[in-house]
Amino acid sequence: MAKQQHAESWSNGKSVLRHGDVPFRVGTVVLASCVVGLVIAMGAIMFVSSSEARNAFGWDVLFGQVWNPVVTDVAQPTFGAWPSVRGTLLSSLVAIVIAAPLALGIGIFLAELCPPQLSTPLSFLVELLAAIPSVIYGVWGVFVFVPFFNEVFSKPVSETVGDYIPWLAGPVATGRGIMVTGIVMAIMILPTIASLTRDVLRLVPNTQREAMLAVGATRWETIWLAVVPYARAGVIGAVMLGLGRALGETMAATLLIGNSQRISESLFAPATTAASLVANELTNSVSSLHESALITVAFALFGITLALNLGARLMIWYVDRGMAGGRS
Amino acid sequence: MNTTNNYRWRKFVDQIMRGSTIVATGCAVIPLIAIIGYVLTLGASALSVQFFTDVYQPPNMAKAATDGTTPAFDPNDPFAGIGIPTDGSAPADGSTPAEASVYAGGPVGGVLHGIIGTLIITGMGLLFALPIGVFAGIYLSEFRNERYSTIVRFCCDVLSGSPSIVAGVVIYVLVVIRNKEFSAVAGSLALMILMIPIVTRTTEEMLKLVPESMREAARGLGAPTWYSTFTVIIPAALPGIVTGVMLAFARGAGETAPLILTVLGSNVISTDLFAPMASLPLLAYRYTESPYPGENTLAWGSAFVLMMLVLIMNILVRVATRSRAGANR
Amino acid sequence: MSSMTITKLAPFYGKRQAVKAVDMQIAANEITAIIGPSGCGKSTVLRCLNRMHETILGARATGSVMLDGLDIYGANIDAALIRRRVGMVFQQPVAFRTRNIYENVAAGLRLQGLTKKADLDQAVEEALKAAVLWDEVKDVLNKQGSALSGGQQQRLAIARALAVKPDVLLLDEPCSALDPIATANIEELLAQLKKALTIVIVTHSMQQAARISDQTAVFMVDTSSGNAIGELVEKSSTADVFTNPSDPRTESYISGRVG
Repeated sequence: MAKQQHAESWSNGKSVLRHGDVPFRVGTVVLASCVVGLVIAMGAIMFVSSSEARNAFGWDVLFGQVWNPVVTDVAQPTFGAWPSVRGTLLSSLVAIVIAAPLALGIGIFLAELCPPQLSTPLSFLVELLAAIPSVIYGVWGVFVFVPFFNEVFSKPVSETVGDYIPWLAGPVATGRGIMVTGIVMAIMILPTIASLTRDVLRLVPNTQREAMLAVGATRWETIWLAVVPYARAGVIGAVMLGLGRALGETMAATLLIGNSQRISESLFAPATTAASLVANELTNSVSSLHESALITVAFALFGITLALNLGARLMIWYVDRGMAGGRS
Repeated sequence: MNTTNNYRWRKFVDQIMRGSTIVATGCAVIPLIAIIGYVLTLGASALSVQFFTDVYQPPNMAKAATDGTTPAFDPNDPFAGIGIPTDGSAPADGSTPAEASVYAGGPVGGVLHGIIGTLIITGMGLLFALPIGVFAGIYLSEFRNERYSTIVRFCCDVLSGSPSIVAGVVIYVLVVIRNKEFSAVAGSLALMILMIPIVTRTTEEMLKLVPESMREAARGLGAPTWYSTFTVIIPAALPGIVTGVMLAFARGAGETAPLILTVLGSNVISTDLFAPMASLPLLAYRYTESPYPGENTLAWGSAFVLMMLVLIMNILVRVATRSRAGANR
Repeated sequence: MSSMTITKLAPFYGKRQAVKAVDMQIAANEITAIIGPSGCGKSTVLRCLNRMHETILGARATGSVMLDGLDIYGANIDAALIRRRVGMVFQQPVAFRTRNIYENVAAGLRLQGLTKKADLDQAVEEALKAAVLWDEVKDVLNKQGSALSGGQQQRLAIARALAVKPDVLLLDEPCSALDPIATANIEELLAQLKKALTIVIVTHSMQQAARISDQTAVFMVDTSSGNAIGELVEKSSTADVFTNPSDPRTESYISGRVG
């Protein structure tokens, strides 16, 4: 009987379920399903817990201008997180504007121009930036970077140019605000974008480079006009992932953004971000409506980063498939 | 040689742009050196034997220890109601300089409670994450052609890409509110959510690297799939899986946001899993926000310990990966 | 109408010399074929003629290659400029995947700063006509370059090379990825092109060399010293090489005893 099973398994190529295979199969599927279940549970829990605030305010939870959890004799508590949402968007914008070109340059250097002996150690250093916990970025930011940047940039610029350009206006007090948060976040997301860009550029077939060189292009022209365009979907995907990381960043933002609900035009002014709002207030929430509003904000963060990640993965998958399957 | 008109311009652009990529790489390396450098130097000054063996005592608790009262624990103001003037002048009631040294910036006590707490909370989180992560990785690798595996992989990506605070929010709602208490277990559960994708992805990739010939040989000998997986495939991939575990630990140890919402923090050494516990990143965060220089020094110290932990883990993983790649060549 | 004079050309990969020093004359307005067994360095030598060889990490070449009296390996000569005068077509038909047919051909021209639409249009049309592709694509110039067949893509690559009006055209086994009909098209095209250009073609097919070339250079592998190194064995008119070879190694290769 056993011999017959042997022969069968060789001849038809399909795996034959043996004794013990069924529990193994079931076990792995169950535990793997925990991952799926976790995601569904997270979405469901946040959806349900946010219902109180959503029913009371609708979209205003995210876009209303006043966030006031306290009952006063003149007003009921209102929960409009726009100052926080705006802070998140602006600081992430600053971060991406700084990080994306730099990371593209780093990816190009590591993939195309770097001497081979240097490429592994340099890649390691760049990836080490990603391993540093975000709270350490916050500590360094508060004690080292913000005072330095204040003296060197924020104060001088806001006192001179700031009179003419509203988003560079002063006064600069502690120096915490959108701009320093954006700069520190840029450093944090650099490695994500850079290593992904480097990987994607390395996948570009060499024939593309040679064809460009053969019509008389310089090294840079080859990179910029043949290699990067070929991989552009992947590069865009890398930037999207970096943006997602910046949007969700909590600790560096909480320590550096200044935590003020006032909306000011200036990038030097203190502000607040969605993530730091949740971190600061959730454990001290004064009412269930307050709590529900905060969870709505967290849910929105979850949804946006999910969408960005999905988009980025699709982009990168598209590049991969195009390179493997299509003609070069 | 007839050069075209724009040739000098093209050459110029070529050199400038290639140089700018070097500058860009510098823009990544310089902050790295700056951050590591500052943490190492400023953090090292906080180190002493006391740092590793003691627990920071806010002045009100030290005073209470001497006169036998029970201090009110207020994490936002450890100096509540104890009569130490905040302008650095000598305390009116003749209390000892040690209690006032927190103004001078010298370290007061240590972060032993944070070290213990980080080890417990992260370790427990890893314990929860390992079975799910490893088996999900096995599933993704050994059954990769099934349609369900795409869904699993997608959910893994969702978990790895979601902000860490979201994990904290979910566990806060699920566990903290329900039990009406902050606890180390809640923190571990939140960290588990963040560590699962790392373990899963590394396990899957390491298992995929095991050559198909091994699986075929095992199958040819008549071994059931589960047997060959556990006795042949996993041992072959084990070093890689271990590096994934180390990376997950390093990542979990550094996370702060989920812990703010689930563990709260503490000023005393505690091993009670169902109560608030201290943790290094939490200490670094709270001591940074503190206006007292002594506590700020402790913040640098906590950052130092955390940084060393993360750096050493990452370097070990790198060395292990490279030596394995070298051995395979 | 350019000739090339190759003097003591020796390509290296790092420390390893790939081909023994080559002395050769490439006559203007003729097709010179380079043949030999695999590993003899024929592609390496070809790539030295437009300084593509050095784009490989660690590769370099010594010696001189005179193009109309100018040494392309001279001290201050920029390789990018050389490649405009000495064009190259590769074994795999390569189209720039993000560009349409028009832009594929115009790629080299745009580099040189040609932007006026009228000038570009005219140059693209001329190049496509010279590559005998114009009639097939003139209505679909904005289609993706990668949508063409293999033979068409190779003619597109030739058009791209021709657009910058080179003096010499190098082809590295251009037909080995193509079917016989496409191959015949390309061979016919080359016969036309040699009236205006000097052509050097590497081919693994002796029949092809016999069909289209005026001069033939035969390379062989010399393993006598332990390491394999390529060597130019014989170069003369195609008729002589195939009917009356002077070197016994040529005869072995031609008659199929070797390689």
